[in-house]
Amino acid sequence: MARVKKKRLLLRREWCKGCNICVAFCPTHVLGLDEENRIQILDESRCIECYLCEWRCPDFAIELVDLASEEADGAKEGAA
Amino acid sequence: MATLDYVRRRFLPHIWCPGCGHGTLMATLVRAIEELAIPKDQIVMASGIGCSSRIVGYLDLHTLHTLHGRALAFATGVKMAKPDLHVIVPMGDGDALAIGGNHFIHACARNIDLTAIIMNNQTYGMTGGQVSPMTGHGERATTMPYGNLGQALDVVAVARAAGATYVARSTVYHAPQLKKLLMKAIQHRGFSVVEVLTQCPTYYGRLNQRGDAVEMMTWFKEHAVPVGSDARKDDPARFEVGEFVNVERPEYCASYDEIVTRLKPREDEHA
Repeated sequence: MARVKKKRLLLRREWCKGCNICVAFCPTHVLGLDEENRIQILDESRCIECYLCEWRCPDFAIELVDLASEEADGAKEGAA
Repeated sequence: MATLDYVRRRFLPHIWCPGCGHGTLMATLVRAIEELAIPKDQIVMASGIGCSSRIVGYLDLHTLHTLHGRALAFATGVKMAKPDLHVIVPMGDGDALAIGGNHFIHACARNIDLTAIIMNNQTYGMTGGQVSPMTGHGERATTMPYGNLGQALDVVAVARAAGATYVARSTVYHAPQLKKLLMKAIQHRGFSVVEVLTQCPTYYGRLNQRGDAVEMMTWFKEHAVPVGSDARKDDPARFEVGEFVNVERPEYCASYDEIVTRLKPREDEHA
């Protein structure tokens, strides 16, 4: 069943410390760590927008961005 | 406002170790403040010394980084001078209950309108994993290599006995619940205490073979039970999470204002 995506994942790799918390607790295995031990998206289509990665990340390295409001803001990048 | 608007981005990434629960608590606290829509200039945050106390450096609020254990004393001064501000005091377990133990119980007794957050990682992380008031019996620390001879303080029981009018406990695994409890604590009029279990994989976890951050958080998940649950009888390692105390009692600054109003000479008395 196709779902309408309302959010997208914004990763801030430069703040990620590779603690694996988001990877381990993601209920649909969307995330993984790359060869540099930093966060990467394996398959965003599986994302159910539950926010558990964003809420448990100790490093502000993941955020679910609202697609509608992002379009309104003119797609500005989040990381400093 | 977005979550990161409350954060001093130029200081990120923070100094906490990979997998440290303090970052999750900080993010959850910011979300709680964001959801309450409190303007940045209406919040004062005072902290003491330790890993936990570094939190004030990262938050773009009015912040005070004070003496070890004395954050509540500074916060009391701020609140007395500016009772309209929200004063939040994040402390570590050692900072709040060993070095600042007396400040803590007397702040509870006074019922002054502060929000004390005890970031309990069961050790002194910054100085190398020494035994803290929250290290459990038999658990290892660098100063208790054969296991702690004493036992952990029960913060909830201490706060309740000392007279805190809002007492709650949660963990960083339970971030959504933690956010709700923090919001209630910030809104509560009186002294509120929220104990937050957070993992220290670098010292407490390593010395006690608790595995990495994920395993430590999974332990929180498996051992946390709701307040009043019978499940604790089967396993003494289980602990209660949720709201323990939520009562009304005269607040210190309000009582002070009442006296000032009562003792102020009336206009006609001067005539």
